[in-house]
Amino acid sequence: MSLYAVQKFLFEINRSEAMQERYTADRRAEVAPFDLTDEEIEALVEPDIGKLFHLGVNGQILMHFAAFHQIDWQDYLQRMRDGIIEHGPVREGVYAVTTPLDEVVAPVHENPAQASRRAGTERRILDENGVGR
Amino acid sequence: MSLVFAGVCSHAPGITGRADQADPDVRDRFYAAFNQMRVDLEASKPDAVVVIAAEHFANFFMDNMPSFALGMADSYDGPIEDPGWLGIEKRKVPGNRELSERFIKQVMETSDVSYAEEWQFDHGIMVPLHFLTPNYDIPIIPVNINCQGPPLSPLHRSWTFGESLRAACDALPERIAIVGTGGISHWPATPDSGKINVEWDLDFMDRWCRNDRDALLDYDDLTIYADGGQGGFEIRTFISVAAAAAGATGTVQFCEPIPIFAVSCTVATYAL
Repeated sequence: MSLYAVQKFLFEINRSEAMQERYTADRRAEVAPFDLTDEEIEALVEPDIGKLFHLGVNGQILMHFAAFHQIDWQDYLQRMRDGIIEHGPVREGVYAVTTPLDEVVAPVHENPAQASRRAGTERRILDENGVGR
Repeated sequence: MSLVFAGVCSHAPGITGRADQADPDVRDRFYAAFNQMRVDLEASKPDAVVVIAAEHFANFFMDNMPSFALGMADSYDGPIEDPGWLGIEKRKVPGNRELSERFIKQVMETSDVSYAEEWQFDHGIMVPLHFLTPNYDIPIIPVNINCQGPPLSPLHRSWTFGESLRAACDALPERIAIVGTGGISHWPATPDSGKINVEWDLDFMDRWCRNDRDALLDYDDLTIYADGGQGGFEIRTFISVAAAAAGATGTVQFCEPIPIFAVSCTVATYAL
């Protein structure tokens, strides 16, 4: 029942600008009416995206909540991976992980100039740190 | 009149929200296919576009989850998502309550559906409309098939539902277009996002183009989950469009994986 309440909170806040404003002003007050455990309250207030994913929150609900918190896409994916590493596998539901936790499944595309610049930066950092000499 | 257009397309939020992170060559060919779909849709001169979506908790939740729902309002708001994140500004989208009501009554003759006089659009409808009705000048009749909160209705019910949509089109004087939206295989909104089973996708689209009912229904949610991920449940929307097309055969205009968009980006239409 508890995961249901977590998801109900997220469902409601995702679709209500008024609720988003109230949550922004006082996060604890906004989650208080929901039948949540202390662990769930902390995860919603922080917000702890990794913990929420571990608890089994449907990714579609979680993704919209992360977007509301201005968490960018790659950061969102990493927070979920970190949550699994820290807390263990997803406890319930169909939104789980099947890929290795150190794998970036869909990296941002780089054009040749960007890739070359990045390689140059990496080389410079290695050089400055005396690595590979 | 009748059904004047039937097609399917992807709706992943990355298509608009992470456009700058994709390989521009593949992305632009996909956008071009989407644009051609718009041209074809406009050429069919629809009075309304029925968008069969698989929404992501913008309206329906497990407290009262309809398997099949249709919108019945004069306008709809969207997107619910952060506009910067999705790359689409919030706006009102036109509907047509009176037409929706007549359409829904006809659908109810053969399928049990819910209706909603309030409906907010999420990326599942806003991304397709961004490409297909960029001026937001054609009334939308939103349709939802629950692909998110199990238990999900079995696939053959999506087929029957599609037949009901077609019967409703046939019964009304208006020119109706149907667009189904969803991913094929995908593992969205998780660390798996970007994992795509291309072979499974192409096989599914082959069944879709042949409009082979038995082949399209020869899946169950366990095998879909294993081969196509939790996002694969959205093939229900494509199956309903196939049934609505009533034996017409289809053409895939585009179906290639774009991992940062999380799906095999797809545009396909039936020759009615």
